[in-house]
Amino acid sequence: MSRKRTDYRSTFYSRIENFVNGKEDFLLYKPKGNTEAKQLESLEEELAEAADLLEQREARQKLQDRMAPLDYLKNFHKLYGVVAALVCATMMILLISTVIYLPPFGSPDNPTNNEVIERYIEKGEEETGAVNIVTGLILNYRGFDTMGETHVLFIAASCVMILLLIVEGEEKKSVYANDRYLEPGNDIIIQRVACFLIPVILLFGIYVILNGHLSPGGGFSGGAVIGAGLILHEAAFGFRKTERFFNEHVYKIAKVSALCFYVCCLSYYFYMGAHGYDNHIPLGTPGNIISSGLILFINIFVGTEVACTMYAFYALFRKGGL
Amino acid sequence: MAFIEDLVPLSIVICLFGGIICSAINGRIARRLTITLLGFQIVMNALVLGYTLYLGHEFVYVMGRFPAPWGNELRAGCLEGLMALFFSVIMLLSVTGGIRGQDDDIDPAKMNLYFIMINLMMSSLLALVYTNDLFTAYVFVEINTMAAGALIMIRRNGHTLVAATKYMIMSLLGSGLLLIGISMLYSITGQLLMPDIKEAVAKINASGEYAIPLTVVIGLISVALAIKSALYPFHSWLPEAYGYSTASSSAILSSLVSKGYIFLLIKIFYRVIGLGVMVDHKITNILFIFGIIAMISGSISAIRQTDVRHLIAYSSIAQIGYIYMGIGLGSMAGMVAAIFHIMSHSATKSMLFIAQRGLVEVSGGSKDFSDLKGSAYRNTLAGFAFAVGAFSMVGIPLLSGFTSKVYFAEAAITSVKVKMWIAMITLAVSTILNAVYFIRAVISVYTPRKMEFKDPMYKPARTSAAALVCFVLLNFFLGILSYPIAYTIQTGLGAFG
Repeated sequence: MSRKRTDYRSTFYSRIENFVNGKEDFLLYKPKGNTEAKQLESLEEELAEAADLLEQREARQKLQDRMAPLDYLKNFHKLYGVVAALVCATMMILLISTVIYLPPFGSPDNPTNNEVIERYIEKGEEETGAVNIVTGLILNYRGFDTMGETHVLFIAASCVMILLLIVEGEEKKSVYANDRYLEPGNDIIIQRVACFLIPVILLFGIYVILNGHLSPGGGFSGGAVIGAGLILHEAAFGFRKTERFFNEHVYKIAKVSALCFYVCCLSYYFYMGAHGYDNHIPLGTPGNIISSGLILFINIFVGTEVACTMYAFYALFRKGGL
Repeated sequence: MAFIEDLVPLSIVICLFGGIICSAINGRIARRLTITLLGFQIVMNALVLGYTLYLGHEFVYVMGRFPAPWGNELRAGCLEGLMALFFSVIMLLSVTGGIRGQDDDIDPAKMNLYFIMINLMMSSLLALVYTNDLFTAYVFVEINTMAAGALIMIRRNGHTLVAATKYMIMSLLGSGLLLIGISMLYSITGQLLMPDIKEAVAKINASGEYAIPLTVVIGLISVALAIKSALYPFHSWLPEAYGYSTASSSAILSSLVSKGYIFLLIKIFYRVIGLGVMVDHKITNILFIFGIIAMISGSISAIRQTDVRHLIAYSSIAQIGYIYMGIGLGSMAGMVAAIFHIMSHSATKSMLFIAQRGLVEVSGGSKDFSDLKGSAYRNTLAGFAFAVGAFSMVGIPLLSGFTSKVYFAEAAITSVKVKMWIAMITLAVSTILNAVYFIRAVISVYTPRKMEFKDPMYKPARTSAAALVCFVLLNFFLGILSYPIAYTIQTGLGAFG
């Protein structure tokens, strides 16, 4: 069964026929016979468009009519903004004016300059073995708080994973492919600079961690430096090359073992301290790299955890996985 | 030093450990591990409670080599032991009760992350209960906040993401105010250990120096913890957060997260600032007023709900109002009533959330009351537990809600005239309002349908059935044998000083 065509007049063959019959000059390419029909068609189209527009306008009008009773919300939103600004201003004025009544900054008679600070400063080096008093304070005197603080980082990384980790197979593949595709990857300038910078950054991070008890720094800051180095490596060379030495597997092992050892060290420290047992870990000579007992190890564990978390944040935001 | 004293830090550290290990293992194993650990928690905290009762006084555990003002320390008295034991029981029951819900709502590949949150939440609650140091409390408040946000958003849909965002904004505002309050308090007292701050505050209050900062500090800390525990004007995040997250999360959020903050506030009242100073600064009156408003407005909003989850959520707002009303009375009796209500409300609310999950399961997943009709016949145990919970919230005798209302009334009678009248009238009105919506809910759940369709293949999950039975027993226990618990609370508060 052959299909019957109705649009013969507009086809190439009809134009040839017209040419043969002398109704139309083929070279001028003016399908005379079609013009009327086309005009009609275009007119109809215009009409339909106009009708569509009318309908849309009516629908919009209807919607506006329905929304009309909500006009008072406009005033509410204005009022809301004003009240919010007022509340903020009140809070600011309240807090700033309270600061005026607080003890002056740096005065020796302040309530904060008491026996607690005195012992930290005078006996800190002797009791913890750390030349850097702040490290001795946060990792030894108040080790429990810092353990909580490290777990804040851990829980933050886990929260980001809940939000951004992509687990479904297909989506994962496509995201991976897209990311690889969009990755700048072969920017020669970044790569050359990274070649010079990354070893220096990583070395500096390790230096900051290992000297945490001697000079300013420690696990938190050194870990952040190492994390920045890993991120630079990824940005310059792409995920494929970074994954050769830092993938999900390595991340898990590093993070879990660092945290486990950290908690074990502190538990040992709490237990021995609370029961008043002798210290079995020598404090060493203050000022040496290998001194201050557990603090050095705790700094290393904290540094590992922080570096892992920094890189995990970056990778999760970039491609939804490590 | 007895072995049992070591259990206090061990119970915190073991939860942290559990969280760390959960991050490396498969979700189902993580769940088993978590449930086992929570079982251990119950045993350990029960031993601590027994030991403190036997000892007759509190004990202090030095965390590390250096004693208190220099190092950290934990303190365990009978009230702390009781709260820790109670929190771990509720946590265990909420997690086991919602196992099927977790399977349905959570991506299996992210199940282990859920149990990281449960473990860290438990450790932060225990640390908040046991800590004797204000800054340690702040650190664990942070962990608690993040874990709670994650518990909301682990179920992936638009509602939970909005709810988690709202929760994070409100809760971080609270954290910020708390931190400002604590740092101001530190700069005027120079101490972070609770008893030392109290000494310094007593001196400041007597001498009149730093009077304005002290008032601001008291206001900031109270408002911060009120925001975090969803007291009336700050409750806007609550209905969505409780309404759309998975059943276990809702149970944990309503019965543990907000209650942990309230317990911290009570601790700050007694051990940091001192109840007398608090009452002098009139902060109790403000909390009292907002508590009263919350009792009424929460119930009125609940009456309008047709969604069972939202009904329970709005009722939570009213119940938190009760607790703040008790705190606002500013007397020992009021505090005892408030703490008893923390326990009774936790036990009841988590039961309601777990039971509603069972009812929704047999109603084609719909939470609307028109679809829930007759669901109590399709899932008998969940229906029974829902009814028990509803009656307890209304205040039917023999159930825990009734006992706590009696304690509130007793506390109100002994307080000042104005507060007495306001508290008594609001209690009566709020009880009637509670009855209006809860009895309506129970009736609609128990109304048989003409075309009763029962899925012959449906079987309630054994774990949730066991959890519901324990919840019902716990409710009756709190209702009938309330005296020893109230006595323990009173002794513990007395030891707070």
